[in-house]
Amino acid sequence: MELICPAGTPAALRSAIDAGADAVYCGFNDETNARNFPGLNFSRDELRNGIAFAHGRGARILVAINTFPRASSVTLWQRAVDDAVDARADALIVADIGLMDYVAKRHPGQRLHVSVQAAAANPDAIAFYVEMFGARRVVLPRVLSVAEIAEITRETACETEVFVFGGLCVMAEGRCSLSSYATGKSPNMQGVCSPASHVAYEETALGTTSRLGGFTINRFAPQEAAGYPTLCKGRFSTAHGDGYVFEDPVSLDATTLLGGLRSAGIAALKIEGRQRGRAYIESVVRHFRRALDTIEQGSEADIVSLRPFTEGQASTLGAYRKTWR
Amino acid sequence: MQLSLGPVLYNWAPDRWRDFYFRIADEAPVDVVSVGEVVCSKRSPFFAEHLPDVIERLQRAGKQVLLGSLILVSLRRERRQTEELCASDGALVEVNDLTCLRPIKGRPHAIGPYVNIYNETSAAFHVRQGAARICLPPELPISSAAVIAAAVPQAVIEIFAFGRVPLAISARCYHARLHKLSKDNCRFVCEKDPDGLALKTLDQQEFLTINGVQTLSHACTNLVGDVAALREAGIGSLRLSPQDCDMVGVARTFRDVLDGRNSAESASRRLSDLYPGVAFANGFLRGKPGFSFA
Repeated sequence: MELICPAGTPAALRSAIDAGADAVYCGFNDETNARNFPGLNFSRDELRNGIAFAHGRGARILVAINTFPRASSVTLWQRAVDDAVDARADALIVADIGLMDYVAKRHPGQRLHVSVQAAAANPDAIAFYVEMFGARRVVLPRVLSVAEIAEITRETACETEVFVFGGLCVMAEGRCSLSSYATGKSPNMQGVCSPASHVAYEETALGTTSRLGGFTINRFAPQEAAGYPTLCKGRFSTAHGDGYVFEDPVSLDATTLLGGLRSAGIAALKIEGRQRGRAYIESVVRHFRRALDTIEQGSEADIVSLRPFTEGQASTLGAYRKTWR
Repeated sequence: MQLSLGPVLYNWAPDRWRDFYFRIADEAPVDVVSVGEVVCSKRSPFFAEHLPDVIERLQRAGKQVLLGSLILVSLRRERRQTEELCASDGALVEVNDLTCLRPIKGRPHAIGPYVNIYNETSAAFHVRQGAARICLPPELPISSAAVIAAAVPQAVIEIFAFGRVPLAISARCYHARLHKLSKDNCRFVCEKDPDGLALKTLDQQEFLTINGVQTLSHACTNLVGDVAALREAGIGSLRLSPQDCDMVGVARTFRDVLDGRNSAESASRRLSDLYPGVAFANGFLRGKPGFSFA
């Protein structure tokens, strides 16, 4: 299984490859990618140099152009495609159907991956992308169990890729407007979710209150660590009481499921977090490199989860084990 | 400009569901009605026996009927159900997930608000596949809608104009989670909330609405004051999404404004009377936070 790691900067890209990544995914420093954060991502030159560095070490670079182009500005996204192809990207990760059509027609030889934002959650939807645009791989949404992933992979003509570590969308990816409802900025349009520009913390006698777009997302007791107010990870109030209505503030760690994912026929494993620092990337990549090598040698001993790096030091197997089904 | 009625998103009692559509057929001045369970496949069997009667009644009343597909398709049973839906003739399918596109390719169909069409090239792609109507994603600003409408004049472009906005879909059921039940053994607790379950902030500010696997806004979209701008943008249809209120009255209120029989101000006041206690919103239309209203 290919180990795919995130990089938000050229330094992170080099660290990921040195730490054992088979491939690195990254994006241009504009709204064409779904981690459009200030100070993050690659200029054209940085991408070209990053690709040369990777190819020199036998690694691949996948370029995420995975937001939905703004009407009347589609050429900005098409130019990102052209530039990534020119820079000899090994694959493009695309979400928008019009942009996939452009890639297939303009660059028919280019390897195309279906972004998780394209919401292909079953073999029929995947077959559409494969037949229509010649997609070679699909990144599966984080709403499926390992059994479901195995079934999809069996029925699918292209490779499948799954997330194994990092932030966890609880809603179907690419189909969520919660962030833009509160802030006007969305993953699909601006490439941001619950953006820091709309976050505020307030200290009161009750503790720390975190807000997004003016809405209280959580409140922490004085001794409690205050987490980032990602909308779907907040504490809210309903007729059934107060609490984490959608998901507890945990992040995904599928280390202990790697053997099952391998048996399921998964082609690639992806680590989330292009916004993360170099040290984080290096540690997480090393951990997964070791775990994967152990599994390739036919042993599942010593496979442990990576607790210190998960959100609130709490991890979950997410939908991979559907305890709530 | 057309008026269309979106599918009932909540888990209404089957008889009530049937009677709602019978009254829409008889009294509501809407041109198009989308029917079918699009949120949760577990609910579908309850409406199945009434569906043929509802379709027939609506069609005899001169309404164009659309059959809505499931928003999130993952189980084998759901895939089969979706394929059967796409094979049906007699009514256009409203595609709410790309799962439909392969079986329906080349045949006329409608696209619902759950398919990501954010620009003119994607819209043109779908029109080439047979899309005759497109209800755009609710978060899309009017500037983008205008560009899309101009690029595909052969399709009717629709905007979500009334009702709580669908914001997210999940594999997990939040009604079941709140009732400490598993999804497979949910006891259909969502039927207790025919207008959704209110989710407030810890400060008791109204925020969102839970509807099983779907999350909607608390605020109710109200574009009755934006009709002139929407016409100018080339929008051909306004979608009214059923809430637990007098939807015939809501449709008449919009129709009166479209036909120049009432002012936007008076119509908005009327909508407040018909659906009391819920804030209005139109922020998405202007690229502002969705909850805002101007």
